[in-house]
Amino acid sequence: MLSLTQAQTLLQRGEISSRELVSACLERIAALDGAIHAFLYLDADGALKQADEADRKRKTVAGEHMPLLGVPIAIKDVLTVEGMPCTCGSKILEGYIPPFTATVVKKLQDAGAILLGKTNTDEFAMGSSTENSAYGPTRNPWDLSRAPGGSSGGSAAAVAAGFVPAALGTDTGGSVRQPASFCGVTGLKPTYGRASRYGLVAYGSSLDVVGVFAHSAADAAVVFSVYNGRDPLDATTQDVPDANIVLETEASASLEGIRIGVPKEYFIAGVQSEVEEAVRAAIQKMAELGADVREVSLPHTEYALPVYYLIATAEASANLARFDGVRYGPRVSGETMWDVFYKTRGEKFGDEVRRRIMLGTYALSAGYYDAFYGQAQKVRTLIRRDFEQVFEQVDVVACPVAPTTAFPLGAHRNDPLAMYLEDIFTLPANLAGVPGLAFPVGFDAAGLPIGMQLMGRHFDEATLFRLAHRYQQATEWHLAKPTIDN
Amino acid sequence: MDYEAVIGLETHIQLNTESKIFCACKADSWNAEPNTNICPVCTGMPGVLPVLNRRVVEKGVLLAAAMHAEIQPVSYFDRKNYFYPDLPKGYQISQYDRPLAKGGYLDVPQADGSIRRVTIWKMHMEEDAGKTKNDPLTGTRLIDFNRCGVPLIEMVTGPDLRSADEAANYLIRLRQLLRWIGVSEADMEKGHLRCDANVSVRQKGETILNTKTEIKNVNSIEAVRTAITKEIERQIREYQSGGKVEAWTLEWDEDTQTLKKMRSKETEADYRYFREPDLLPVYLTDEWKVKILETLPELPLERRARFVQEYKLPEYDAELLTSERSLSDYFEATVRAYGGDPKRVSNWLMNDVLRMLNETGQTAAELALTPTYLADIIRFVDAGTVNANTGKSLLQKVNVSGKSPAEIIQAEGLAKVSDDDAIRAVVEQVLAESPKEVESYKNGKTGLMGWFVGQVMKKMQGKADAQKARALLEKHLN
Repeated sequence: MLSLTQAQTLLQRGEISSRELVSACLERIAALDGAIHAFLYLDADGALKQADEADRKRKTVAGEHMPLLGVPIAIKDVLTVEGMPCTCGSKILEGYIPPFTATVVKKLQDAGAILLGKTNTDEFAMGSSTENSAYGPTRNPWDLSRAPGGSSGGSAAAVAAGFVPAALGTDTGGSVRQPASFCGVTGLKPTYGRASRYGLVAYGSSLDVVGVFAHSAADAAVVFSVYNGRDPLDATTQDVPDANIVLETEASASLEGIRIGVPKEYFIAGVQSEVEEAVRAAIQKMAELGADVREVSLPHTEYALPVYYLIATAEASANLARFDGVRYGPRVSGETMWDVFYKTRGEKFGDEVRRRIMLGTYALSAGYYDAFYGQAQKVRTLIRRDFEQVFEQVDVVACPVAPTTAFPLGAHRNDPLAMYLEDIFTLPANLAGVPGLAFPVGFDAAGLPIGMQLMGRHFDEATLFRLAHRYQQATEWHLAKPTIDN
Repeated sequence: MDYEAVIGLETHIQLNTESKIFCACKADSWNAEPNTNICPVCTGMPGVLPVLNRRVVEKGVLLAAAMHAEIQPVSYFDRKNYFYPDLPKGYQISQYDRPLAKGGYLDVPQADGSIRRVTIWKMHMEEDAGKTKNDPLTGTRLIDFNRCGVPLIEMVTGPDLRSADEAANYLIRLRQLLRWIGVSEADMEKGHLRCDANVSVRQKGETILNTKTEIKNVNSIEAVRTAITKEIERQIREYQSGGKVEAWTLEWDEDTQTLKKMRSKETEADYRYFREPDLLPVYLTDEWKVKILETLPELPLERRARFVQEYKLPEYDAELLTSERSLSDYFEATVRAYGGDPKRVSNWLMNDVLRMLNETGQTAAELALTPTYLADIIRFVDAGTVNANTGKSLLQKVNVSGKSPAEIIQAEGLAKVSDDDAIRAVVEQVLAESPKEVESYKNGKTGLMGWFVGQVMKKMQGKADAQKARALLEKHLN
């Protein structure tokens, strides 16, 4: 089980070949993924071919400028890769093979990364446990009876289980950070507009971002540095200089001058005590490393949940309208054209997706728009202002990723609202568009990883990485690996 | 009891951009095989995003300016949600409450010389949907996505038109304007300009708006005129017979020239509009706007008025010469090159050049007969270098060869023969060959003079100075 930077080093030195590395990953997947179910699609043959190609390129000048040359990576199955099935965890896209590759994936490929396959997700990224996948849940590598979090649970589990050193996920309301926390890995949700959404099958268009999982902040920074940047195919990517984050390798950098805000609204009743303790201990550690810690307030935090579930579902109700059985995916036959629409959508979408489409349709309907969608947009502005005001006082905000550690599979089966509450600490960053970084800071009594979240200013992923990296140089939580009993 | 019609028109104008509004596909699919101008973006494949074509905004701004509308510095795109197989995303990207332009009007001259000012209630940019048709052979419904994402301007007038002729005139003027400013080919038969008409009637003098019907599928100006006329008559008959007009949607059947009821007015559709999160607001900076408006030409009615004033042209001439922009440009260029009486240029254009344009299907700008060459020809005729008939034949020769009139006159020896001896020889020859006619003439049939002149001209390939030929003939015969 190599980390991404370890793999990079060994590949560069010629101590291992990409074929050896990819083969080892494939063997581990073959041995363990039956139990975990991180992958929905594995392209073993293609990956080995790409590995041989990478090994050849290694000897060329071009290879010297490919930072991910020969490194295996997994892609959440809501991102398109030309020629690879893309199901979005849904029956409605069963058998669909997209004709184009997502920009972020293309950038990884151009940097030499090897795509092993597509990872499991809650259907259309709607969920916090990966249990809403139409193809069965993913299991948490730390405890196979528990959820890996979601919706990018497949990617988080794939990294935690050592199947790949890094994987892409997407984060609309916490779908990278929460599974990173549950699976004990580092996960970044970049600033909205920092990375292309072209080829990301949309859930909540104004919230969706492509994130990355890896074993450390340093590893995640390498991948993020490759895939971020403005894309002419995505009008919402911002025209800011590309991030190229190089973290210092010596453990000497001080955190002096960095101001950490601890928002009181994120340390509330209902948070598992071990989670609060571990997060506070990590903040204390950062203070010891030189950071300046103070309490701050994000007063509109409590509204993030209803605002999110109005805006995300409203956008989803339109985004998912294209799945009508006309052009791709299965078509359920019917008497009339409308009958085909109703039956295809009724039968092929899962419960949670239909629930959110209905919720969003309702929120946008005449007579309800002002009270729901319109009002939610106003409150979203207030939440964004909370962050603007806090970032005048501090450089980052530190808090738990989720109220609890990984919950058992099926724990929220009959209670969608309880599942929605999993996201209360991650939703605000999406609503405000700010970056968030989740990384492990301890374990609970059951041996489950605890994650902490840092949120920063728009386009200031660098400070989040710097802080987490320094913390990881001084601690070993991120090095812990699950023992997977098959 | 006297009734008057109250008519508003809803038009969709296809902009003539190279590519579609949100992707790089070719916009014009006329004569293209179904589903050949499509890509993942315009067919709404999962994961795609729209990117706004700036040319659409530019053409929209030009149109808004030409319609005297208020151009908005910031406008937004919205999603209009509805299901239909020809709408691949399940929503149409349109503009709703913050469109590119607000207000505006078009002044429409009527046959009686009055002007009807037609106000604009709504003007916005949007993408077109595809087309569906039933295939009777297989019993299936076929979809062509070529038209998906073709840029449109939707423009809705107020209920300002008072007759079918006024409605037709509005469309004629709109079509002229669209072509004039170069934003649309505006060919109704090809769907570049589509029109739905809202029609109601009321007693003259009333200001209320009665229940209206909506006429769809009127694909030519004549169809608009006929369909509205018939609908006005039907509504008046309803009222006169004590009935009432219901809010139907009617479909015009071109084959039978009749209106058919499509549906009763259903409850107002709920399109659940909301801001398109995949696109940024359209920020029309002053700099950009100024640059766009630099290309806005003088508008047809303004130019028509100026032609009357500046060149002292009759209204009729000015109207005809401003029917199309390149023709009016051509006229002015010729006037400048000619330097003489503009009415003389107008006569040449209206009598001869227009016929040539009709015959060749060219626009004035495409003629090899440039304004300078035309001015040369008129001057040669004025100076007597060639006679009028030769001048006219030169138009064709110059346009076919692209050579200058002077060159052709020189090469073909077309210059008028004014030499008395040369003409006299031909005159004597003609008279010698026509003893019967000479006798008739001498017996009083003086009307034969024209025939004699014609014979002389014929023998001299039209180059003879007709005045001199006539004088010599008279001298010989009397």
